[in-house]
Amino acid sequence: MSKIEELAQGVLAGERRSIARAITIIENDAPEAKRLIAKIYPHTGKAHIIGLTGPGGSGKSTLIEKIVKAYRRRGKTVGVVAVDPTSPFTGGAFLGDRIRMQELSTDEGVFIRSMATRNYPGGIAKATRDAVKILDAAGKDIVIVETVGAGQSEVEIIKVAETIVVIHAPGLGDDIQAIKAGLMEIADIFVVNKADRENAEKAVIDIQAMLQLNTKEKKWKPPVLKTVALTGEGVPQLIEKLEEHRNFLKKEKAEEKSLLRAETELVEAIKEKAVNSIIEELKREGKFQEVLQKIMAKEIDPASAAEELLHSKFRRKNDAKT
Amino acid sequence: MQSKRKIRVLIAKPGLDSHDRGAKVVARALRDAGMEVIYTGLRQTPEQIVETALQEDVDVIGLSILSGAHKALFPRIMELLKEKGLTDVMVFAGGIIPDEDVPEMKKLGIKEIFGPGTPTEKIIEFVLENVPKRT
Repeated sequence: MSKIEELAQGVLAGERRSIARAITIIENDAPEAKRLIAKIYPHTGKAHIIGLTGPGGSGKSTLIEKIVKAYRRRGKTVGVVAVDPTSPFTGGAFLGDRIRMQELSTDEGVFIRSMATRNYPGGIAKATRDAVKILDAAGKDIVIVETVGAGQSEVEIIKVAETIVVIHAPGLGDDIQAIKAGLMEIADIFVVNKADRENAEKAVIDIQAMLQLNTKEKKWKPPVLKTVALTGEGVPQLIEKLEEHRNFLKKEKAEEKSLLRAETELVEAIKEKAVNSIIEELKREGKFQEVLQKIMAKEIDPASAAEELLHSKFRRKNDAKT
Repeated sequence: MQSKRKIRVLIAKPGLDSHDRGAKVVARALRDAGMEVIYTGLRQTPEQIVETALQEDVDVIGLSILSGAHKALFPRIMELLKEKGLTDVMVFAGGIIPDEDVPEMKKLGIKEIFGPGTPTEKIIEFVLENVPKRT
């Protein structure tokens, strides 16, 4: 048995060290990553994949600890992928989500992995998605993906998770506005955490008001829940809604949604492969460097240069065919 | 596509003292040196530290301790690492560890011990030089 086959077997058996090593391989985008994913892929698709996102300081990690404990009480096993940003300057990252999940680290039914965003060519979605596949194949009933920050990476979570929870907390400034841009559309469940604070009710009303502006008629109406992650208040209701959404997906759009996810993944994989092989070929032919020099000398702009390169390339291919 | 390997380091605080200034300074320095640093937070048991190292698949563990309990906690941590097969993880320590205890700690397999006032550059250099190679 090859090393990768052995590793895949370990993952499928739920063996913790194999799971950890497998995630490292896909994180490093090592050459054997593709073979590994190919081996485990047939065993994926059983876990309920939950994405949890919201601004820093809203209490995501603390809430996740409570959610995991609640699922554990129901006899479910859980995997967590906690994503934090990589510094664009040093390439380093500080991954501190475990600080809020300490009690979970020795529970055999829980596997937590911190991931840095690094600078993945396909965005964070690709590596996270593969880490989720590993935890799914390893038999975890629930896989939770936590992402931080505002903007692009939050919306990317829709490519990874089935049920999206957007968390917010009163007193974080004017970020109901931030929720509006993009996140509003992807949320299946809203959570106003730190609900014991005074402006919590207002936050709930603000979100509900914004939801009512949605013109599209939707079968699933995203509920707005209140939690206090520190005490666990509101967590049972959240779990109920999560299960409800899962059942809804099973009945309604599960096919459609997973088809969409599969399609995105396929398109991205093709793009990555195609782009890399074209660039490699251009480099081999020396055209890439040639044009690069021209760009440096300001003889041509990068966009026109790209067009010219691709044009000549594909015209040649077509000529060869006829 | 070539592999984008990163050094992953676990900075852990075993024992009951609640001073993590030093641990945070080291974590920050290693992060700024381009590593991925996982911080556990305070008051970790040896079991929690080793299990975290396993799940996070780290290359290096840095233990910070000021409580004086290193003689009880470090042997346990090293023993658990062996038990779980994490023998290729490099361990270093820092904090308040009396000079006379250092040989004993090193005999356990702790690669280096840094006392108060160690420049962070020295720790970065040490980690870069001693990070285990993986096949």
